[in-house]
Amino acid sequence: MANPENLKYTKEHEWVLVENDVATIGITQYAADALGEIVYVDLPKPGTKTTYMKVCGEIESTKSVGELYAPMDGEVVESNSSLSNAPDAINSDPYGSWLIKVRFESLPELLSASEYQALTGE
Amino acid sequence: MKSTPLQPEHEKLGASFTDFGGWNMPVRYGSDLAEHHAVRESAGLFDISHMAEFWVSGSDAGQMLDQALVNPPSEIAVGRAKYNLICNPQGGVIDDLIVYRISEDEFLVIANAGNRDAVSKALGERTLGNAKVEDQSDDWALLALQGPKATAILQKVASIELEPLRYYSIAKGEIAGTPTYFCRTGYTGEDGFEVLIPASAAGKIWQLLLETGGQDLTACGLAARDTLRLEAGMPLYGHELGLDRSPFEANLGRSVKLEREFVGSEALTKIKADGIKSKLFGLKGEGKRAARADYEIFLPGSNEVIGTVTSGALSPTLGYPVAMAYLSKPELEVGAKVEVDIRGTRTEFEIAQLPFYKRS
Repeated sequence: MANPENLKYTKEHEWVLVENDVATIGITQYAADALGEIVYVDLPKPGTKTTYMKVCGEIESTKSVGELYAPMDGEVVESNSSLSNAPDAINSDPYGSWLIKVRFESLPELLSASEYQALTGE
Repeated sequence: MKSTPLQPEHEKLGASFTDFGGWNMPVRYGSDLAEHHAVRESAGLFDISHMAEFWVSGSDAGQMLDQALVNPPSEIAVGRAKYNLICNPQGGVIDDLIVYRISEDEFLVIANAGNRDAVSKALGERTLGNAKVEDQSDDWALLALQGPKATAILQKVASIELEPLRYYSIAKGEIAGTPTYFCRTGYTGEDGFEVLIPASAAGKIWQLLLETGGQDLTACGLAARDTLRLEAGMPLYGHELGLDRSPFEANLGRSVKLEREFVGSEALTKIKADGIKSKLFGLKGEGKRAARADYEIFLPGSNEVIGTVTSGALSPTLGYPVAMAYLSKPELEVGAKVEVDIRGTRTEFEIAQLPFYKRS
């Protein structure tokens, strides 16, 4: 599977698109495949403070629950409300289905596509 | 890890795999929800070759099984089957089984993959007279064809008339020249068959069935099998059944024929007389958040844990969360409210009638 080169990644299988001081965050294809069909997402509301590598949301499939880890300290500015009716969009298009947008002041070190690739061994 | 004779077929179809009782099994081929719905609305094909097959034969076979199991197989008519349990002397459940009577002196016992060794050992210890127990699990492949269109699809390739076979029956015939046992049983809550074929023919028959079923037949993995059986209120060993649970707690008392001697009968008679201290219940909730295995359950507003969830999911057919759970309040009735701790949030559920889903 190809992880887009223009994105950054976390070891908890989030992808991050950085534009100025806002990061758009989703979960990787690897994570979506491992979870199976996603049936429910529980995302933080705008205004919620995020802490680096702390759980800020949940992604449930029929078989399991995955946790969404915040890739950086910041504040949620938007969460993707369209996913509440069609959470399986994450399975069909994980890199086109963002979960939250976070405004941050500084970024921690994130993984490149090739580093993430090496981590998942695929 | 072991794999079934159909491993190459699953790989060809791009399955994802999971370890199930020491077996590398397909968990889904594409979407587990689509596979679930296919079984409810059309038909699904499952590889369940991991399950164990024991052949018990000899003129003493019936008598032997009667004292080995809770539901006397000697009372099964030839060509019919019965749900059964094998218990230890303390009344704990070693496994749940289906026993088919092939002929007067020949029984087929199908056990769970993960309990193959335990069942083999227990049956071996309980032999009697000339009864012979053979573990033939490696010689057979077992396919489940389930759903409203399953019988029609299977009929296209079956050498015998399937419609006259009643639920919980078995008959011998052929598929494309391959000797086949057709069993009208399943684990999905739908009509359908489980077909037992020689392991060497598994790939050929699997392909033939998928070709014959075309768009009406979907290959299904264990994820769909689990949500289907949960909706149908069927127990899964290791979740709803175990050595620490008696059949009475699991609502399986109807299968336990007391007032005769079998392994566990003394303990079970006492357990029944003393009354159960906990009972398996169905729970249903609102919203989309599933109560999953091991989550704790409380009475509303109380901090006393009254039980834990054994299986739970967002029901694909019903659209709301369903679960099964042992509760230490066997007197609770349908409609009673409880709270499940879903990862830190108390969430209201109510006791629901089992099964959650019944085919119309």
